[in-house]
Amino acid sequence: MTAYLLRRLLYAVPILIGVNLLTFALFFVVNSPDDMARLHLGNKHVTADAIATWKRAHGYDRPLLYAPQSQGLGRFTDTLFFEKSARLLALDFGHADDGRDIGRDIRQRMWPSLAIAVPGLILGLLTNITLALGVVFVRGSGLERAAVFLAVVGMSISTLFYIIGAQYLLAKLLNLAPVSGWQDGWGGLKFLILPLLVGVVSGIGGGLRWYRLLFLEEAGKDYIRTARAKGLSEGRVLGRHLLRNAAIPILTGVVAVIPLLFMGGLLTESFFAIPGLGSYTIDAIQSQDFSIVRAMVFLGALLYLLGLLLTDVSYTLADPRVRLQ
Amino acid sequence: MRLPAPFRLLLPLLLIALAGCGEAPLNSPYPAAEQNANTLYAAFAERPKHLDPAVAYSSNEYAFIQQVYEPPLQYHYLRRPFALVPLSAAELPRTTLLDRAGNALPAGADPARAKASMYEIRIQPGIRYAPHPAFARGDDGRLLYHRLDPAALGRIDTLADFAQRASRELTADDYVYQIKRLASPRVQSPIRGLLQAHIAGFAQLTQALAAADEDGWLDLRRFDLAGVQAVDRYTLRIRLTDVYPQFTYWLAMPFFAPLPWEADRFYSQPGLAAKNISLDWYPVGTGPYMLSVNDPNRRMVLERNPLFRGEPYPADGEPGDAAAGLLADAGKPMPFIDRAVYSLERESIPVWTKFLQGYYDRSAVGMDSFDQVVNLGAGGELELTEAMRARGMRLSSSVMSSIYYTGFNMLDDTVGGDGPKQRALRQAIAIAIDQEESIAIFQNGLGLAMQGPLPPGIFGYRDGEAGINPYVYGWQAGRPQRLGIERARALLKTAGYPNGRDAVSGKPLVLYFDSMASGPDAKSYMDWLRKQFGKLGVQLVVRSTDYNRFQDKMRRGQAQIYQWGWNADYPDPENFLFLFYGPNGKVKHGGENASNYANAEFDRAFERMRVLPNGDERQRLIDRMVELLRRDAPWVAGFHPQQVVLNHAWTGNLKPNDMATNTLKYQRLDPSLRASMRAAWNKPRWAPVVAVGALLLLSTVPAVRLWRKRLRANAHGDHP
Repeated sequence: MTAYLLRRLLYAVPILIGVNLLTFALFFVVNSPDDMARLHLGNKHVTADAIATWKRAHGYDRPLLYAPQSQGLGRFTDTLFFEKSARLLALDFGHADDGRDIGRDIRQRMWPSLAIAVPGLILGLLTNITLALGVVFVRGSGLERAAVFLAVVGMSISTLFYIIGAQYLLAKLLNLAPVSGWQDGWGGLKFLILPLLVGVVSGIGGGLRWYRLLFLEEAGKDYIRTARAKGLSEGRVLGRHLLRNAAIPILTGVVAVIPLLFMGGLLTESFFAIPGLGSYTIDAIQSQDFSIVRAMVFLGALLYLLGLLLTDVSYTLADPRVRLQ
Repeated sequence: MRLPAPFRLLLPLLLIALAGCGEAPLNSPYPAAEQNANTLYAAFAERPKHLDPAVAYSSNEYAFIQQVYEPPLQYHYLRRPFALVPLSAAELPRTTLLDRAGNALPAGADPARAKASMYEIRIQPGIRYAPHPAFARGDDGRLLYHRLDPAALGRIDTLADFAQRASRELTADDYVYQIKRLASPRVQSPIRGLLQAHIAGFAQLTQALAAADEDGWLDLRRFDLAGVQAVDRYTLRIRLTDVYPQFTYWLAMPFFAPLPWEADRFYSQPGLAAKNISLDWYPVGTGPYMLSVNDPNRRMVLERNPLFRGEPYPADGEPGDAAAGLLADAGKPMPFIDRAVYSLERESIPVWTKFLQGYYDRSAVGMDSFDQVVNLGAGGELELTEAMRARGMRLSSSVMSSIYYTGFNMLDDTVGGDGPKQRALRQAIAIAIDQEESIAIFQNGLGLAMQGPLPPGIFGYRDGEAGINPYVYGWQAGRPQRLGIERARALLKTAGYPNGRDAVSGKPLVLYFDSMASGPDAKSYMDWLRKQFGKLGVQLVVRSTDYNRFQDKMRRGQAQIYQWGWNADYPDPENFLFLFYGPNGKVKHGGENASNYANAEFDRAFERMRVLPNGDERQRLIDRMVELLRRDAPWVAGFHPQQVVLNHAWTGNLKPNDMATNTLKYQRLDPSLRASMRAAWNKPRWAPVVAVGALLLLSTVPAVRLWRKRLRANAHGDHP
């Protein structure tokens, strides 16, 4: 397995370089350093001198890919690509346009994102699996049809609707939770109520349908029939035998998203004023801070690749028959 | 009964969460201990990019730093028209006009005779900086934190980690130091280019600083700035190379706030910037507040500066201010509020909801909530709705010193030029675009149609019939009335485009509108705009583009018709009329004259007007310049936006002031009234939750019945 993992890690390198090149092309070729300077300097009193000074101060006065006036390796390292993009490969995220250390920001802001995303994932998983098992239990009945219908309706509704609806209903009308906000420590738990509720409820539709599908596939297999023939109760059949055998796709699906939990939710964090990485990305887009956007795109790609790798590993852990070669 | 595992885990968390709420309402976003605190709560939508007074230039940045820093002057909070009064200065600056040899001209001399000018500013003695680690000294008198070693740096994460803080008195040297910072290429002040044209020796200092290529702190005290001197401990003298009366307005902006060299030295230490410990993050000022928490991802907190001298509340204002209770605190030492907490809220819905719940003390009225808040009276006046009045809310509105306009590129072959035909075309379009309709549809009626380039409240603005643009409006029934479309069509015919077609070729007239607006609102507006041109039979093609491309087109003079706006830097007609000054043309000179308007008579009048004090001669010149602009129509006059703000009953001393941004110190709160109203408005309603819970429980009954039925079923699915 070690060889397989090493191979997969090596495969990731060209992908990350590709992402790097693509984002570089997007952010520097389409949007020139002069454009960036003008965006940051605003509309008033912007002179050519001010633009040149801004570019010099932020390191945007270098050539894009090749510096002919430099010597030796400097021809490649004294370039925008090396300074602003290639360093990302060494996880050196550099500085935002206002001088802040992006790596430090990411380390600070991933915690609020995780505070929402991790409990949200666990609660959502428990809810969806429980409901899906219930639906499988009543399969073939009107209840199942009603549940599937409601699930389709639920997954058709935009997350934004859930957010605004929850804020209106629970925070404004019933006065049971704060509309938005964040606080460190235990006192901040009340701010988790709405985002978690929205995360769980908005995910029920899709989750229920997906897990129901997995469980129905297992429910028709011989071992389930055997378990019933042994006289086990339906609860035991579903809870012990079916659930355990359906764990592989559940596990792999969950493991794949675990690294991405760091990235936070764009909409949720924005509407609930959660200072996580999702809102960090939104802020950067709004303020046109391409250093941050580039870093977040790269980090997203990296975590996605990590998720895929973990998924493969989790296969072997969940099913001893699977061997990675 | 044993609860399922997930609930056993969640229950303690829920109990802790609820316990954390204490006596505060369940939906309160603030700790219970703050319920009766004299704290103002507000929201901000965008993280301020800069808090360094030499760099900050946006209203969202000024909202914070203007409470912390004190330039020499400020705008009077209550008087209108806007008036400058001393802030850290002891009195208004003494201005001396100088001849070519640098000799002082007698008082009252014609400014045209002067070749330079000098400003002398006396600073109040005894003003002290808010406590800051940069001033902390050890027993031996050495500054404690100016030589941080890596070990000390390792123990520091925020400014609060510095154990010692101290202060010192403000001196004139601190102003000199800050003005030198404005010249420094390292600092990148947005007004460096502007000041180079005015302050003696400024450009030379910039060159000297650029040449001093030193790492680390650059001690600006070592460099001379010929035009700026500290005459003594409390006197600052600034010499300009020209006559620029508007310079006094710049003295009310944070660019000219004092900066102690100790702070610059402290923040320049390696390793601090990487921890976000910089002047851009933690201001050092003498103002009524200090920034105690700077977490722009979440909240920013201003706290009362314990060393603030206690500036008295103004004792005079406009007629009606006393009746409105705005003079009740006259002479009392400010500030009145101990703390201000600004929370980051990106979306407008949560802000509005929290405001209605009493968790924010004031709120702008957005488009979404407008109908909920405001009724427009028969005469267009704003009235609060019954629901808002019942909550004790108060409305304040003011026409802002800003302009939004549609401009023509005067270099364009079709719409530009100063011939009578091109002029007639522009005038026809100016009549056809129904600005009043636009304000009603797209601004909820909140705006004043422009009659000229000057907004109300600025010297030179004329109200009533004398102030209308006769090329677009008539005066009927005591109000401006837009001329009929027939007049516009007649003008179009004069221009050589009868019914919107070229009189020679017969081809339809097609005009191009360059826009950087996007989204559904912009699309509606563009559709409306096409219809306005359509009234003349003219086809309008909208060329949508992004911000950068739009700017690029404007710089190159490739746009034909465009829309733009301008917010006043200061309340002087020069700050608006310079937008038409020939040497400010965007294409030829890279200036702010986006329409590239050039008129020799206008330019001569502008050059004279800008050095004159407010008076009859200045008014006459402004009247003539405005007439030229109305006739030549380089702009289709747009509108001055109207700002509407809603305040809770517990707030006081609030008066809209479009120029002053250091207004927190004037405001007042009644925290106990706020706490009682919050409690009354936010009582938890559990009954619907219980009902929904019961409904959910009931809905499980069929599932349980089915469960039991299946448990009893045999292998064939039959059950007894």
